[in-house]
Amino acid sequence: MAGWLPIAEIAAGVRAGELKAADLVERALAVIEAKAEYNAIIATTADRARERAAAVDAGDNQGRLAGVPFIAKDNFLVFGADTTAASNILRGFDAPYQSTAIEKLEAEGAICVAKANLDAFAHGSSTENSDFGTTFNPVDKTRVPGGSSGGSAAAVMLELAPFALGTDTGGSIRLPASYCGAVGLKPTYGLVSRSGVVAMGSSLDCIGPLTKTVADAALVLDVMAGRDDLDSTTIEKDSYVDLGIAPKAKIGVIKEYMGEGLQPAVRTQIEAAIERLKAAGHEIVEVSLPSLPAALAVYYILCPAEVSSNLSRYDGQRYAHTYKDAKNLDESYMKSRSTGFGKEAKRRIMIGTYVLSSGYYDAYYKKAQTVRTKIINEFAAAFEGIDFLIGPTAPGTAFKIGENVADPLQMYLVDILTVAANLAGVPSISVPAGLADGLPIGLQIMAPQRADRALLEIAKQTEGLLA
Amino acid sequence: MCDFCYNHRQMADLTRDDILKLARLARLDLTDDEVAEYSTELTEILQYVELLQGVDVAGLEPTNQVTGLTNVTRADEVHDYGYTPADLLKGVPAVEGDQIKVKRMIG
Repeated sequence: MAGWLPIAEIAAGVRAGELKAADLVERALAVIEAKAEYNAIIATTADRARERAAAVDAGDNQGRLAGVPFIAKDNFLVFGADTTAASNILRGFDAPYQSTAIEKLEAEGAICVAKANLDAFAHGSSTENSDFGTTFNPVDKTRVPGGSSGGSAAAVMLELAPFALGTDTGGSIRLPASYCGAVGLKPTYGLVSRSGVVAMGSSLDCIGPLTKTVADAALVLDVMAGRDDLDSTTIEKDSYVDLGIAPKAKIGVIKEYMGEGLQPAVRTQIEAAIERLKAAGHEIVEVSLPSLPAALAVYYILCPAEVSSNLSRYDGQRYAHTYKDAKNLDESYMKSRSTGFGKEAKRRIMIGTYVLSSGYYDAYYKKAQTVRTKIINEFAAAFEGIDFLIGPTAPGTAFKIGENVADPLQMYLVDILTVAANLAGVPSISVPAGLADGLPIGLQIMAPQRADRALLEIAKQTEGLLA
Repeated sequence: MCDFCYNHRQMADLTRDDILKLARLARLDLTDDEVAEYSTELTEILQYVELLQGVDVAGLEPTNQVTGLTNVTRADEVHDYGYTPADLLKGVPAVEGDQIKVKRMIG
């Protein structure tokens, strides 16, 4: 089966009456069934998708995404299937309202057809940590797709739908994009409302698209972005469509991202990509952000701290899962949480509880927030003289299933090149940069806060240069 | 001394008792295997993050938010989002009237 058309063309075809939303939805559902062995999907929203397709074909929501099927990571509240966040503690949770992002996409005519697999509560870098089983990398089934939006990245590359939504707290959109060969965009912090998305680390969480092309990602972002009364951290949007030709830019290669620890074939590919950008007329300079090697340690204090707070709401009283035989409320909390949460959620809750506890708060949490300031200042200083920062998205290619499961710290280290953008709130995109040792890798491009449009323009040019 | 203070000990050296205390604070009932596993893993993770102690942050303030927004407010008005209390309570394990029902607090 041939791939999906560009999203704008699909929607134009539906609006012109040349394509039927019902056919597009049936096609997506058929591919989902045909590729079920990859376990990219937790559940379909088939009944609701068919109803919505019929409504679009009857003339409703003939907007910029008319009839375009998409897949939402299963931490977005969506009608038509349970929202589980891939955790047993939410199994059976039927969302009472939808995410703002989903509402905005639906208003333009997009149709959610399925919920994608993820590491439970988006805690992980491989999608192995799902209570619904691991997702397999579309390029090599013995390997992970990356995480935590691994189901979303695999879904796009398996052509289950033209686009998928992910969330990125420390790299969870960009890492699987790199491992699977997709485009993955983490916008500026606050550009897309998080209302109705299962919270992980609220000072870091971002929503973004996974797509096959930069133009598709830009259109989806344009629909989702902007202020929302239901998320007070949201900021004003710019326009992200009708992208212009990227002006000649000064691009900084992050020295700390090209150091030891890079897989040699990844280095070769990234250096080749940099040469292409140079040949296209951009000025390439080396830039040092000396505190970046501390970013992962900052992240692994702040993120669990925020996780331990955000996950306190899963107490057995408010959502689907509860331990029925508890004698009193305290036992109900203890047993419901212990039987509902998986290993990694418990691990992060424990770390977060520790670093926030009296006697350690200053040494860990406050120190981490202060080092975060230092990292933000280094980004600001770098962006005074240059337009974009680049480097690899990840130090290596997709690893083997099971390889890092027994060593949580090793698993955390694969996010070492992505977490800094979350700490600083800057936009970052992973663009496919070919194969290294036969597996996909991504080139990561970062821009100053709110420069998402410029980032998409340079990413679009880069995608063309590397194709 | 506070309820959870280890200042007299080496940081990031988590014993079985520490893990049990943490688990109690986090309302987690861990198995013996989990306690053993977490005391090794958490110690390793905390040792890694201790590299921050060597970062010079003289004169810097902690970051609390990154995009510079201040005092995001809205009019103090009731909005109708189209949901009833029953809609919002539909996934709750035990409900009585419009309220979440929980087990007894004591005993």
